[in-house]
Parts: sequence; structure tokens; C-alpha cells
Amino acid sequence: MSNVVEMKNITKIFPGVIANDDIDFNLKKGEIHVLLGENGAGKTTLMNILYGLYRPTSGSIFINGEKTIIKDPNTAIEKGIGMVHQHFMLVQTFTVAENIVLGREPQKGLSIDMEVANAKVREISEKFGLKVNPEAKVMDLSVGIQQRVEILKALYRGAEILILDEPTAVLTPQEIEELGVIMKNLVAEGKSIILITHKLKEVMSISDRVTVIRRGKFIDTISTQDTDTDHLAELMVGRKVNLTVDKQTKEFTGNKVLEIKDLHVLDNRFLEAVKGISFNVNEGEIFALAGVDGNGQSQLIEAITGLRKIKSGMVFINGEDVTKYSSRKIIEQGVGHIPEDRQKRGLVLDHDLAENMILGYHYKEPFTKKLMMNYSEIHKHAKRLIKEFDVRTPSENVTAHSLSGGNQQKAIVAREFHKDLKVLIAAQPTRGLDVGSIEFVHKKIVEARNNGTAVLLVSLELDEVLALADRIGVIYDGRIVGSLDAKDADEKKLGIMMAGGTINKVEGGEDI
Amino acid sequence: MNFTIIIALIASAFRLATPLIFASLGGTFSERSGVVNIALEGIMLMGAFFSVLITYLYGSAWLGVGGAILVGIVTSLLLAFMAIHLLANQVVVGVAINVLAASITAYFLEMVWKRSGQTTSLPKELSLTGNPQSLAFLEKIPILGDLFSRFTPFVYLAFVAVGVSYYVLFKTPFGLRVRAVGEHPRAADTLGINVYKTRYICVMISGALAGLAGATLSLGTISLFREGMSVGKGFIALAAMIFGKWHPVGAMFACLFFGFTEALQIQAQTIGIKLAPEFLQMLPYVATIFALAGVVGKATGPASSGIPYEKGEK
Repeated sequence: MSNVVEMKNITKIFPGVIANDDIDFNLKKGEIHVLLGENGAGKTTLMNILYGLYRPTSGSIFINGEKTIIKDPNTAIEKGIGMVHQHFMLVQTFTVAENIVLGREPQKGLSIDMEVANAKVREISEKFGLKVNPEAKVMDLSVGIQQRVEILKALYRGAEILILDEPTAVLTPQEIEELGVIMKNLVAEGKSIILITHKLKEVMSISDRVTVIRRGKFIDTISTQDTDTDHLAELMVGRKVNLTVDKQTKEFTGNKVLEIKDLHVLDNRFLEAVKGISFNVNEGEIFALAGVDGNGQSQLIEAITGLRKIKSGMVFINGEDVTKYSSRKIIEQGVGHIPEDRQKRGLVLDHDLAENMILGYHYKEPFTKKLMMNYSEIHKHAKRLIKEFDVRTPSENVTAHSLSGGNQQKAIVAREFHKDLKVLIAAQPTRGLDVGSIEFVHKKIVEARNNGTAVLLVSLELDEVLALADRIGVIYDGRIVGSLDAKDADEKKLGIMMAGGTINKVEGGEDI
Repeated sequence: MNFTIIIALIASAFRLATPLIFASLGGTFSERSGVVNIALEGIMLMGAFFSVLITYLYGSAWLGVGGAILVGIVTSLLLAFMAIHLLANQVVVGVAINVLAASITAYFLEMVWKRSGQTTSLPKELSLTGNPQSLAFLEKIPILGDLFSRFTPFVYLAFVAVGVSYYVLFKTPFGLRVRAVGEHPRAADTLGINVYKTRYICVMISGALAGLAGATLSLGTISLFREGMSVGKGFIALAAMIFGKWHPVGAMFACLFFGFTEALQIQAQTIGIKLAPEFLQMLPYVATIFALAGVVGKATGPASSGIPYEKGEK
């Protein structure tokens, strides 16, 4: 088959960084080609070059065999290239159709012809099996549907080549499956797809070929059928990666460290998000809450950590009633928190790394002496943690903002693990991380558990839940709809409960 | 209270609302594209002065109006350059322009008229303070005729501007792009829309309208220029824009309301209202505070208003 895209010897140098170093990439007509690499490997940079958002420092691009200089997105669009960005490029206050036609509006006289726009959107959405309502406001749509709108935007512009940048990062398992079907439909219609990802399972299930890049360099292009996840992980990280978590089974003392009793919590719209949840986490145990996003997990965590008011119910830590405690007093009970949204809750992005690494105990000796901050201690502390937790950063003086997502997460993990942890609350601790970082974070969590910390893990990734948990609870619509021992759990059982289905008497588990 | 007083009150409300309408439409264009225009006040002052100056020098009021628009655009370009090109803080630049405008107009007033405080009155044949000749037939309409006789050409122009602004912002491709740029400039950029150009055009439209608002204040009201004669009207216009939820028609109603409270305050004694004038003066601002606090539904502005756009930003 012919190559629709050929990128030859692409090099892109940003001030101080070589993002792409002599990379070759080609895309055949009608294939799904994964671009695989760790965070910061240069995948998105390469695709931004193809889409005209960046100009390559050197190298050349051929579209359908013809040498092309792509100087801006307009050129890319003309050449039939469409890109779905990781962070959606949608105007929230506009309707679906308005977003899709923006920049290429059908006109009637001087006005936009919205009827034609709506009809066109309907036509394309039916053709490719991407159901949307053209007149709906984007802000009212779920993330999965918003992604469809993004794909439709590219198709409306006549895209033959689609670039999808980390499309599954924000999707639920069901939505990921739907996206897989959509991609197969698109390929069947003759489109070619480039999929940027660092999730190995997706690569195996959906792609025809894989190109691996590591630290800006081209490593290899292989057929998916000739490889497996272990091999890909090794190519991607550059060393053998242990994809399964090393975790010994052990006896539990049965000491309840964290106890939640009939907790009710309201969300921002004053609706009840947590509707009477009770559970315990024992010393040296990982209790995982599995569930689809938006079933009350966020509010539950915020309530336990003192960030959100509790309507009714009680929280105990080592037998002490902490229900009405402030966040600081809760932290002082030995609670570590890896928050769900690391950029909002976990870090002060504009502060430097050293300052970020003392948050939560910044007011204590030796970081504070009387009224003054003790910066020499703070920097020493940061240097130690950076080394110990392998945070990749030029120094502790750069802002948290300038770090990649994986390294931001490592910084948070380092800070929280520095405490004497009695309880660790880890919400989505590996969201958006690459395999190398995931391995690391998982190792640390298991280490904490082995040292006797009670771990509450909240995760949307079933793989993670199954790999780490000793006990699993499934949260649905603000309630725990079932809980079972990890050794009795599998993806299917959990999946049914996560979708709100009930399993009467799951073997080995207790009925709630 | 008799009928004549009511007509006078309504006419006065419309006339007082007119400069506010122009300025708030200007603010709407600018903010819809993502640039906060605090400089409306200063641009109005520039428009007010230069319209009088040009009329005085060249003997044509309409030339004066054109001059005000031109000066408005030139002044707004200063904001555009600083805010869009140099990524400066838009509020700070706006405040600086306001101070600059107050000083420049005072300086030129001294230079040209050799006096301070205010210019001499323009001769009657150069005034635009009455109903235009071409619309004199409206005065023959029973009852309402009296109202029209008190209008100025600017009043009609203001309502035309509201209609045109609404159409441009909400019905044309250009308007859709402007709103996209104000909400999510990066999204617009990835679709090949030139964010900088769009913002420049909108700030210039804003300047033109604020200049026109200035001409309304001087030529359209008292046929002379007085130092600092905009007295906060630029800010009231901004308040009206917020009150009207960044929508031309909404802003127009807010301006009419503010114009009415001002008219009420001026005529309070004639009508026999016993309220302190200070209380009535306060009304527009109190109303705005309530509007911002979400009493009449939530007033949410364009998401990226006030944030400079950097192209290569990650």
C-alpha cells in the first residue's frame, strides 16, 4: 500500500531541548498507526509539526508522495490532515455545529447558514457512525461526546489523515471501546489514522503498526502482530519493565486505621454525591474503590481529607473522630494525599519545585524557623527527594509548571511519602503517566502498604485496581454497591458492578 | 406630573443613554474578542475633544464626528499594540490610556483655545444637538412628535449601531470567529483563524465606537468640550455591558436604564421626587453590583477575556 504520509529525518530543536532528533515516520493508507513513547518523548511535537503548529528545524514531509511544506494548520487542513488534540479545542459556549463549522462557515448572503451547517454535521455524523446532536451546547456534553465533536471537526474539513493525540486518556472503559469501533469505521471508509498513546493495551488491540520513539529519537517501526506488550514496554522505556506489580500476600493485623461510617456528602450543586458510604481500611492493606468517574469518588476523597464539608456521617483515623477536623489537623494525623487533579490540588504550579515539595509540612521545623522560611533546608530537602524519587528536572529551582506530568506526579508522591504515613489516600495516582512512572508509583504504594500504611486507592483503571488492591469496593451512584476480595475479582465482575449492575452474592465477597 | 415632563424625561433618558450605548457596544466587541477595554473612558474623552477641535478648525460637524472616530481608532491601537503584541496587562494599559487622554486633551485645549477648563461654544450652525432636518417629519407624529423633536442624530445612530452589532456578532462568520477567539483562542488558532488580527479588528471597532460616544458627549450635547467631561461614563458603559451580559441588545437596555436613572436625577426637582440626588446617582452602580452577584441570572463573560494570547504556548 502507498504511504500517505512520509516524514523524513525530522529534527525539531527548542531552545535548550532537542524534542525530535532525526525521526522517520510513515503512514500507509487505511491503517491505524500508533506513535508510542513515554511522556515527553516527543510524540506530540512530531505530530504538531505534521499539523503545522510547529516548523521542523530540519527534515522533510511528503504527503501522498509529494514534498510539502506545512507552514500552518490551514495548509495541513488543505492537505487533508486533521488533528484531535489531547486537550479539546472546543468553544464550550458554542453548539456542536458552530464548533464544527468554525472557520469554514456555510454562508447565505452575509450570514452564517446554520440550517445548512446543522444538516452537514448530521450527514457526516451518520456516515461515520458518530452520533451527536448538532444543536446541543458543547458544555452540556460528556467528554466522550466532546471527542466525537473533535473528530467531526476534522472530517468536516475533509480530513483523510486523522491524528488522535492521547484520545483515551480522559475516557471511561466503555467510551474507549466505542472509540475503537469509531476508528475501525473510519478506516473502513478509507481514512488513515495516527494514534498517539502510551497505553500498551490499546496498541495491541487496535493498531496495525507501531512506531516507538524514546527521548526524541526514532527507535523502531514494527507490525503489531509481531510484538507484545512486554517488548513494546522495553522499546519505549529502554530497559526491561515489570508490568505486573510485585506484591506478596500477607496476613493483616485487622487494626482498623481508617473508618468511614455512613458518610453523606453534597457536591457543588448541593446534590447528594455520596449517599451513605461505610468502609474500613486496615493497617497494611490496600483498599481500592473502583468505579466510573463521577460516581461520588471525588467528593468522598475531599470529605475524608477535610477539603469538603461533610453533611452527615463520621470519619475515624486510628479511633479518633476526625470528622470535623481541618485539613491541616487531618494531615497531622498521618494522612498523605495524592490528589486526583495534581495541577489543581497537588501543586502550586507557579512556585518552584523546592517550595512545592514541602507543602503540608512547610510550617514545621526545620523548614520554618520562627517567622522565617529556612530556604537552605528547603533546598536540601528537595534535592534529597529529587534524587530518591528520580524526579527528572534540571534543578529544584524550576517552577512545577515546567515539569512533565509524570514528573509532577513523582514530586507529589515524594512529598507525601516523606511523611510518617498512617493513611495514604491515592486518587488516580497514575493518571496520564507512562509505564516507567506507573511502575515506580505502584512500587512505592506497595512499599507503603508493606510498612503498615492503610491505603485507600481510588482509580478508574481496572488494571490498576486489580494489580494493587487487597480488597476492592465498587462505587456507583454515591454508594458502594459491592465489595470483594481481590483474589476473587476479575475485570468482568467489576465491570458489571461499575455499570450499576448488581451481582447477588459474588463468590467470596460480602453482600451489601 | 404632566405629560410634557414625562416626554422630557424620556427624551432626556434616550439622549443620556446614547453615548453609553456606543461605548458599551465598543466594550462588547473588544471583550468578546478577549481584550478588556478599560480605556473606553479615555477614548471617549479623546473623541469628545477632537470632534470639537476638528469642527472648530474645518467648520463641519460631521467632519468632527469622523475625526472623533478616527482618533478613537488611533487611541485604541495603543491598547491593541500593548495588550495583543506586547502581552501587557490589559487593565493597566487601559488605566494608563485614561490618564494619558485626560492630559492630552487638557494640553491641546490650552494650546488651541489659550484657556483652560472648557472650549468656547461652537456656533449654532455647527451643532448636532437637535433633531436632524431630514427626520423633521417625525415631529409631526402626534404625541410622539414632541419626543422626536428632542432627539439628536446620535440617538438614531445608536440604535442602528445596536442592530448592526448584534447582526455582526451573532449572525456572521466574522462574529462567530470573534466569539471563538474570546472564548478559546487556541481552538480558533488550530482552525486557522488569526487570533491577533481578529483581536486588532475588534479593539479598533471598540475605539471607533468609543470615539463616536465622545463626539456624542460634546457635539451632540453641549457643542463644546469641557475637561474631564466623560466623568466616568466609560466605566458606566462597561457596567452596562456586563449588565447586558456582553450582548448588544442587553447592553442597550442596560444603557437605557442607566440613562433613565440619570435623567431622573437631573429632573428630580422638577418632578418633585424627594430622594437625595446622590441616591439616584448611585443606582447604576448598585444595579451593576447586583448583576455581577448573579441576581438577574449569572453574568459570565467571555472565558478568555483579559488573557493575552501567546502562540507557541504549550
